[in-house]
Amino acid sequence: MSTLQPAGSGAQFHSIDGVYNFAYLDEQTKRMIRRALLKAVAIPGYQVPFGGREMPVAYGWGTGGMQVTASILGVDDVLKVIDQGADDTTNAVSIRRFFNRTAGVPVTEATTEATVIQTRHRIPEKTLREDQVIVYQVPMPEPLRKLEPRETETRKMHAFAEYGLMQVKLYEDISRHGEITTTYDYPVEVNARYMMAPSPIPKFDNPKMHAMPALQLFGAGREKRIYAIPPYTKVRSLDFNDYPFEPQQFEDPCALCDAKGVFLDEVILDDKGDHMFVCSDSDHCRDRRAEGHMGPRAREAAEKGYGADE
Amino acid sequence: MYVATKGGEAAIENSHALIAEERRGDPAVPELEAAQIREQLGGAVDRVMTEGSLYDPDLAALAIKQAQGDLVEAIFLLRAFRTTLPRFGASAPIDTGAMTIRRRISAAFKDLPGGQVLGPTYDYTHRLLDFTLAARGETPPVAPEEDATDAAMPRVADILGHEGLIEPETPPPGPEQPYDLTREPMQFPAGRDQRLQNLFRGDEGFLLALGYSTQRGYGRNHPFAGEIRMGTVQVEFTPEELGFPIALGEIEVTECQMVNQFKGAKGIAPQFTRGYGLAFGQAERKTMGMALVDRALRADELAEDRLHPPQDEEFVLSHSDNVEASGFVSHLKLPHYVDFQSELVMLRGMRASAEAMQKEAAE
Amino acid sequence: MSDAPLLEAEGVSHTYAGGQVGCADVGFTLYPGEVLGIVGESGSGKSTLLSCLSGALPPSRGRVRFAVRGQGMQDVFKLSEPERRLLMRTDWGIVHQNPRDGLRMSVSAGGNVGERLMAVGARHYGDIRSEALDWLGRVEIDAERVDHLPRTFSGGMQQRTQIARILVSQPRLVFMDEPTGGLDVSVQARLLDLLRGLVRDLGVAAVVVTHDLAVVRLLSDRLMVMRQGRVVESGLTDQVLDDPQHPYSQLLVSSVLQA
Repeated sequence: MSTLQPAGSGAQFHSIDGVYNFAYLDEQTKRMIRRALLKAVAIPGYQVPFGGREMPVAYGWGTGGMQVTASILGVDDVLKVIDQGADDTTNAVSIRRFFNRTAGVPVTEATTEATVIQTRHRIPEKTLREDQVIVYQVPMPEPLRKLEPRETETRKMHAFAEYGLMQVKLYEDISRHGEITTTYDYPVEVNARYMMAPSPIPKFDNPKMHAMPALQLFGAGREKRIYAIPPYTKVRSLDFNDYPFEPQQFEDPCALCDAKGVFLDEVILDDKGDHMFVCSDSDHCRDRRAEGHMGPRAREAAEKGYGADE
Repeated sequence: MYVATKGGEAAIENSHALIAEERRGDPAVPELEAAQIREQLGGAVDRVMTEGSLYDPDLAALAIKQAQGDLVEAIFLLRAFRTTLPRFGASAPIDTGAMTIRRRISAAFKDLPGGQVLGPTYDYTHRLLDFTLAARGETPPVAPEEDATDAAMPRVADILGHEGLIEPETPPPGPEQPYDLTREPMQFPAGRDQRLQNLFRGDEGFLLALGYSTQRGYGRNHPFAGEIRMGTVQVEFTPEELGFPIALGEIEVTECQMVNQFKGAKGIAPQFTRGYGLAFGQAERKTMGMALVDRALRADELAEDRLHPPQDEEFVLSHSDNVEASGFVSHLKLPHYVDFQSELVMLRGMRASAEAMQKEAAE
Repeated sequence: MSDAPLLEAEGVSHTYAGGQVGCADVGFTLYPGEVLGIVGESGSGKSTLLSCLSGALPPSRGRVRFAVRGQGMQDVFKLSEPERRLLMRTDWGIVHQNPRDGLRMSVSAGGNVGERLMAVGARHYGDIRSEALDWLGRVEIDAERVDHLPRTFSGGMQQRTQIARILVSQPRLVFMDEPTGGLDVSVQARLLDLLRGLVRDLGVAAVVVTHDLAVVRLLSDRLMVMRQGRVVESGLTDQVLDDPQHPYSQLLVSSVLQA
């Protein structure tokens, strides 16, 4: 999809509605957030507390990611926003509109064109580049919170690298179910030091975090925490030597673009249990179809003489 | 044939048009003006100003109108506006001892200097629906001229303090600039400034319920409503350029000082302890709940057993904010189908292997 | 027993904020593999002393030193917090009177026993599990119960699981607070037998606080009798129990005999 033109004229853009600053936040706040980001990059995986602001969208709806995005966005940036891997989900649309309106930056649905990608719950299928930044929206930044509700205690556990308790949780999974049953927000160890919540991405995406060329930033608005993974940093999903980490696998390819080894959404087609699996990354799927790839459903539709996705 | 869900943009715009229509209601009924809300729905305005932490009755009234009377939504609107305002600095502490009193009661003393001033209160109304209000054009009876309360009205806590009967209220050691909840993340353990700011903005219902639970034994601390006072106080600010305080204006506040069970030890004379509540406007329920919870949260400081939720600082302060709470609860409405898909894959796999094992066992 | 002391208390005193004396001027030296019993009625200060010794409560006066591996005798309260927390999950163990205080009730018995191994970096599920099974066996808990939650266990089994959870890290010093309190008499006897065997086999040193003279007679090498926060008599266990010198010790021993 082609780049959308800005609402204001990019370079001269200063405010919207004559009231708000470029990208909504005032410059003092942005500086404060950028200081927190620098600290986060310097200590990979460490949760930096920051004076999070109220945003004009509800807590839990991406306020952390939006504050990070607002603080790093410049007039030359091209923004992509996805939710569940797709650009057209309502919340992604809403956040994209927000920045298009308040910052006037061009927005895009193409992963390759974007310089900043704000995401909720997915990492794009295409490998990100060094000149890109991915910003994750994080609901619960503390990976240990489900095991230990007290902030005073979890901060000590991080400070002293006391992570045995998480291993106990994985041990319990295996002894009860024969495997580790965590499927999303699967905890990782960053740079061989801090345990970190990757946000609720499927564990399928965990390997993409390891040694990623792009800078990864994480913003938790309600919990007021920022953390980061610098480019090319070691990210290890927790496991046992004899029960190694395993990402999900899908048996069938995407029904529309025939992609294998990608994360798929299950789409219910009728109330008789007929369903199909399609790419969760809508941009990736569209590109593949444009290149002429055809999944089983798309082929079936083509043979019958009508389009698969319109 | 499968059609991908598209058109989020159009759906959002349609939804906005629908709420605008809903908000207006029947066009045959005159539109509500923000000024009417400000003047006639003072209870709602005061709550929105307090929990929205912005003293501006006009903006609060606008927020209430825009939110169709949904106060938590209105509080959110006010907060989101407030956060864009520049910050000049901290005012001087308001002096509630110098308050121009409209209402002042003490449950601890029958009479006291300055006397009891009942003022406007629903306390002794009979809660009977007043159908005369349903008829249009009703004019209220002329209220008696309120006594000019020139009489000195020392605070009950200060009166007790002269005798050393209540613990002194001294600023905690540390930097003079108070902690600012709107600029800094919460930290635990929290100082009293952080705690009181959090409770001030905290949800009235949450504090009411927690305060109530302390009365029923979940962190009991034997409270007396030492004093509740309501009226206007001056806000003063010292601009750096001037070096002396100037009055910015007056605000209406309600203050509650709870006097609680005494504390002492061998060789240390026992004293009453305090819990403190403050809110913008007339907000007695809020300030009393706040004062009960403030006192309960001092369990550690006063070497009391910390057994119940109202005594648990991390529990109370982390969950009191209704903008945060409603945001996170409502975010469950956002799509979670990637996570759900991950769980489906796992569940199907586990069920398949369980069935295989059962089959094996049966053979 | 080696010549170098393991734990040393000097003039340990604790006065509570209200002026109430917890314990006063307690001193002793504990050697590796040695078991010290501390007896006294409730309010005698033995629990306060145990808190001071185990790093939970800083004493108002005096000091507690422990032979930290590779560092020699170190003041327990001058160790950094991470060092003290590390001790707590490696070289030290606390057997609580109420097993609920020492176990994770919503984690399986195997997970409970394996936790200390995982805390110091064990990452092989099979190894952790077989070690947990081995220790559950040593405290006479059936291998079939390894995946069960402690809340489905009897009081005696919970107490034994708690002991296995501590001993798995091969600590050098175990603090026990009324280890048989709250258990039936027959269960108490079995637990004591088990404890005695384990302590002797492993050569672990222990400080046992109890009001029950039967516990110290069976477990401890040496004994301290406490009253009103002070040690009124100390010596070899048999010596103190068979020939008490202090009137209070005499009373304590005779009242047990009569009971």
